Parts: sequence; C-alpha cells; structure tokens
Amino acid sequence: MGSVRLYAAVAAGSFRRYATYRVATAAGVFTNTVFGLILVYTYLALWDERPQLGGYDQAQAVTYVWLGQALFATLALQGGGFEAELLERIRTGAVVIDLYRPADLQLWWFAADFGRSAFQLLGRGVIPFAFGTLVFPSALPADPLVWLRFLLALLLATLVSFGIRFLVALSGFWLLDGTGALRMLMVTGMFCTGMALPLNAFPEPLGGIVRALPWSAMLQMPADLLMGETGALGTYAFQAGWAVVLLLLGRMVQTAATRRVVVQGG
Amino acid sequence: MGEAGRVRDGLREGWRAYRLIAGMWIRSTMAYRLSFAMALVSGLLVTGLDFVAILLMFSRVDALGGYSLPEVAFLYGLSATSFGIADLVIGSAGRLGSRVRDGTLDTLLVRPAPVLAQVAADRFALHRVSRITQGALVLGYALAATDVDWTVVKVLLVPVTLVSGAVIFGAVLVAGAAFQFVAQDAAEVQSAFTYGGQTLLQYPPTVFGKELVRAVTFVFPLAFVNWVPAAYVLGRPLPLDLPGWAAYAPPLVALACCAPAGLAWRAGLRSYRSTGS
Repeated sequence: MGSVRLYAAVAAGSFRRYATYRVATAAGVFTNTVFGLILVYTYLALWDERPQLGGYDQAQAVTYVWLGQALFATLALQGGGFEAELLERIRTGAVVIDLYRPADLQLWWFAADFGRSAFQLLGRGVIPFAFGTLVFPSALPADPLVWLRFLLALLLATLVSFGIRFLVALSGFWLLDGTGALRMLMVTGMFCTGMALPLNAFPEPLGGIVRALPWSAMLQMPADLLMGETGALGTYAFQAGWAVVLLLLGRMVQTAATRRVVVQGG
Repeated sequence: MGEAGRVRDGLREGWRAYRLIAGMWIRSTMAYRLSFAMALVSGLLVTGLDFVAILLMFSRVDALGGYSLPEVAFLYGLSATSFGIADLVIGSAGRLGSRVRDGTLDTLLVRPAPVLAQVAADRFALHRVSRITQGALVLGYALAATDVDWTVVKVLLVPVTLVSGAVIFGAVLVAGAAFQFVAQDAAEVQSAFTYGGQTLLQYPPTVFGKELVRAVTFVFPLAFVNWVPAAYVLGRPLPLDLPGWAAYAPPLVALACCAPAGLAWRAGLRSYRSTGS
C-alpha cells in the first residue's frame, strides 16, 4: 500500500511540475490549434478527391485530425515526454541516484510520465479538440458509454507509449548520446502513429504492416473506437498485448543495463 | 556620416561578427566529422520523410486542390529550400529563450558586436544544410516533371523567389526570437509560424479556406514565399485573384517584412532585464 502512495505522489508531483509552465502550455495549445487547422484543410481536400478514403467520411477525418492534436503532447507521439530527461540522466550518470532510490526505475518513470500525460490531456489537449470539433463538422458519439470505453483505450495507450519510449531511453546505456534514438522516435512517431496520415488511408501492403505495429495502439485505435469504426474488446486486446510485450522487454533491458552501470569518478 | 552610412557600417560589422562566430562553430563541428556526417544523413532522412507523407497522399489521389504531384512538389521544394536557408543562417536565434532564462545573454551584450549577429551565429549548425539539400532535390524533381512554358522572366523568378522566401522566413525567425524576450517559455508559438507555415505552404492555396489564405497573404505574408510566384510560374490563376504583377512582389514583400521584424527585435532587446542574482 505504501508503494502505491509513493508512485501516486510521483505522478502528482509531475502533474504539478508541468502545470507550472502556464505560458508554455498556452503556447502549445496555440501551436496544436494552428497545425490542426492546416491538417484539417488538407484532409478535407484529400477526402473531397477520394470520398470514403480508409473507410472514413469527411467528418471522421476531421475528428481524427483534432484527436491527433489533442493526443500529440498527451501521449508524446513524437517524443517530448520523460525520455529525453532519462537519457540525459544516463549520460551524466545521475541515473545512479534513480537506481538507489527505494523505488523501481520503470515504475518511477511511468508514474512521472503518467502525471505529465494527465496534465497535458487536460491543459493542452482539451482546448484544441473542443475548438476543432465545434468549428468543423465532426463525428463524435453521443453515448457516454463510448466515451468511457475511449478513456480506457487512452489509458492503455499511455502504457504502450511509455513502453516504447522507455526502451528508447534505455538505449542510452549503450549509445550514451541519445540524439539519434530521439530522432528515430520522432520519425516513427510521425508515420507509424498516423499523425501524418491515418493508418487506414495508407496504401496496401504498407497499411497492413503499420496497423500491426504498436504505434497504431496510440492514436489510430482509440480514434476508431471513439468513432465506432471498431469494437472495444479487439482494441483492448491489441493494446494490452503490445503493452505487456513492451513493458516486459523494458524490464529485461533494464536488468541488463543496470548491470552495466559504472559510476565514474570517485 | 548620414543614416545610410551608419546602417551600412552596422551591417558590415554584423556580417563580420557573424562570419567569425559561424566559422568558429564550423571548425568545432568539423572536429567530430563522423558525428557531423550522421547528423547530416539523419537530417536528410527526417526531412525527406516529410515529403514521403505527401507521396503517401498522392498514392491514393491524382490531385490535391487541383494541383498534381509535380506541382505540389514545386510548392514544397520552394518553401522547404527557402526555410532551410533561413534556418541555417538565423535558426539559432530560436534558442534565445534559454539564454534569457539563464542570463547568459549578458555575455553577448558586453561583446563589441551586434547582438543579433551573435545570437544568429551562436552554435551555428552546418548540418542544417540537409534541409536545403532535400528541398533542392524535390525542387529539381518538380522542375523536371512539371510542364511549364518557361520564359526568361519565369526562369529568373525561381531563384528570386527562393531568396525572398528565405528573407521572409528569416524575418519570422527574428520576430519569434524577439518575442522570446517577453515570453521565454513560449518558444513553441514560433513553431506554429515557422514549421506550421512551412507545412501550410507545402499544399496548394486552393485547399485552404478563403480567410486563411487572406490572412497569410495580407496580414502575415507567407503566401509570397511560394504560393503567389509559383501560381504564376505554373500558369494558374493567382490566389485570391491577385493581379498579375503580384507574382513579382516577393522581393518587395521580403524587404517590407524586415522592418517590423527589426523593430520587434530592438524593442525586445531594449526590454531585456538580466536574471539578476
């Protein structure tokens, strides 16, 4: 019971930490809204040219854009969560402090990242989403139960997102300089999550491949669940499956990595 | 000495400082050649994938807003190259906020060289040529693949547009840096205009709502980076039914952008109060 309180405190502290930077949050809201506007117009043109592309109508495509903008920071779709910080701590050696805390490295950082996600959903995600779906024709469900199911899918998405980024951060134990790994995270985040184009609108067989990768659990699947394009159970199974695989892999890499740690200096 | 003479001397002094600082950073970068090569290659990949997103769209449609793939590539090539040039020359100014926050801007203020030149050359990142290279490659493809009735004027307009576009983006970067004097944490607002602007310009103006096109033509004249001159080169009606001479306007618009950016920079610099201790 004590450890639950510990991680809850870590998450709450992280939430407050991000909540401190009000101007930065406002700047983020503005930027996400601008990018959303640009994408909405290009998607409208795309769906004008090819109605029912990927099984979406125009209203669904619009909703997808604004959901992407809302989740961009929340799920750190192209990076921007804890991973740069952990990489830096690995590079400087400060990670040693994390390791001799009476807490688990993976759980500690998950709690911290979860607090960040929660703040960014409320502080940075809700406003562009509300703005976009009010101004443009959108496809939102009226049934509150669907929204609940969607929230559960988001919760599982945070696990998958963390799982990927934890592995990226741990790569620092071997690479030391994380620039390349963070860049890869950005590129995969842009394509495989569906931020550039919904995954169901990808040409085959590329579409089939990206939809099977864990990145599709973050934006594509919750979006499809919200818009009634897919069932809840299949979504949860896919998300939970990848979450378990990634988190276990993270745990194994963590064990291997901590054996390698050599504290420099005296 | 007249006003013009002072401006000229100021520019010369700034350019000298810029060359010295940028040269120093290039030498220091070249000490780690492999790291530089990796940054260059990964930069090419990252910016290249940007264009792949457009290719993916065109794998499902033949035209977007009435523009074909080579025509969209023409828009993309012009804006990506212009932005790449501006980002290489002055992109470092975007990190001003962190210098304001930790007070290290003070060091630049006591040096006998224009602050803007120092800020722009600070940590000069030569690997940013990857964006220019990628933009130029797409532009090359577009020039080869589009069916344009080339005239002397059109041929001349392409390089003029590239330089004017770079100046317009440069003005945006300077104004963004000036804004960071006031709001250090709001660096992200700048990306709405720079990266957002570049994303916007990759797609044809016919895709966007009239109000948005009007805003980026008359209020925030990004349209002159590529939309207006490219429409003329491609033989399409100019956006918003602008008169034909508007296609030659980019250099004038670029010059006009420098004035408010310069004023904003001066106002920002004057309002700077060090962090104190």
